Amino acid sequence: MVNYIWVAMTIIGLVFALINGNMEAVNKAVFDGAKEAVTLCIGLISVLVFWLGMMRIAEESGLLQKLTRLFRPIVKRIFPEVPANHPAMGYILSNMISNMFGLGNAATPLGIKAMEELKKLNRGKTEASRSMVTFLAINTASITIIPTTVIAIRINYHSASPTEIVVPTIIATILSAIGALLIDRYFYYRRSRKG
Amino acid sequence: MTAIFIIAEVEKDDEVMGFISTISLTFIPLLIGIILLYGTYKRVPTYESFVEGGKEGIKIAVSIIPFLVGMLVAISIFRASGALDALMNWLRPLMKSMGVPAEIVPLLIIRPISGTAALGMTSDLIAVYGPDSFIGRLASVLQGSTDTTFYVLTVYFGAVGIKKMGDALKVGLLADVVGIIVSILIVGLIFGTT
Repeated sequence: MVNYIWVAMTIIGLVFALINGNMEAVNKAVFDGAKEAVTLCIGLISVLVFWLGMMRIAEESGLLQKLTRLFRPIVKRIFPEVPANHPAMGYILSNMISNMFGLGNAATPLGIKAMEELKKLNRGKTEASRSMVTFLAINTASITIIPTTVIAIRINYHSASPTEIVVPTIIATILSAIGALLIDRYFYYRRSRKG
Repeated sequence: MTAIFIIAEVEKDDEVMGFISTISLTFIPLLIGIILLYGTYKRVPTYESFVEGGKEGIKIAVSIIPFLVGMLVAISIFRASGALDALMNWLRPLMKSMGVPAEIVPLLIIRPISGTAALGMTSDLIAVYGPDSFIGRLASVLQGSTDTTFYVLTVYFGAVGIKKMGDALKVGLLADVVGIIVSILIVGLIFGTT
């Protein structure tokens, strides 16, 4: 599926460029896109190193397991295939908490780590497991408590009340997360019925 | 419905907001402090563990590069060629018939694809229509309540080498649609559509 989407996006783009006669823009786009990707990854190195280092300490000291025990009743229902004491649970939880506080740069390393643990649980297969799809669904719905960037933009443009969107955002984010989970469940049951 | 209005009223209170932003400001330093103190208390070789964990970070960051380059180049071509604009023009009447304001359509399409572009569009919409207009508020809520599905998918699956994504993309995009519908309804209900 990704293969098709990837090729389709590129080819449709090339065809449009041909029709519109802006091949020059496309040539530039190729290198701009590649550059942006590398810049993003380089920027990720710093936060990845820092947070994965911190989380290693948290894991070895047992702090991560403590956190897991605290939230186990809720998360167990969302991820029925992950054993309660598995480190994946700890990473999933810390990823969700970081997202809630709008700490995107801490959330990404933790999310990657969670994925890694989920892959181990799936015996290293290169296929996405049920838990992985659920985890991604939650992440793309991005549960936020404080949308800091948006508040900053609103202040910048002299909003009478920059923070008035906080509560609507929380409600929207919770409802869309619930929606994401329901959609995820629906696809899971459809898959399992097919066998 | 009244409950939501009451919460919205309370939220405007500066004290509450101050409290929330204090929490988020102190969260990271507090977390670092707790991790280090607890690690020391449990006799973990903190510095060495940190370095070991950090090494993993470099490996992961480097391994994501090809995935992101592939994805971002495709997106970049799609956008620069005018294909994205054509898609928007095509979708606009359809969305409008469903009650979505035309001004917001480009943001809806770009949101799952590119985080930086979406942020640029959001601040552009806020600049043009004003932060306290329906469009401005809707853009704000949308930006906060959904995420860049393609980026999350590429980075998370790329980092651990998942080749078959299964239903992940479908689920992620449908979740975005739910987020969009919910945002429009909530902003309309709380602030009205003007």
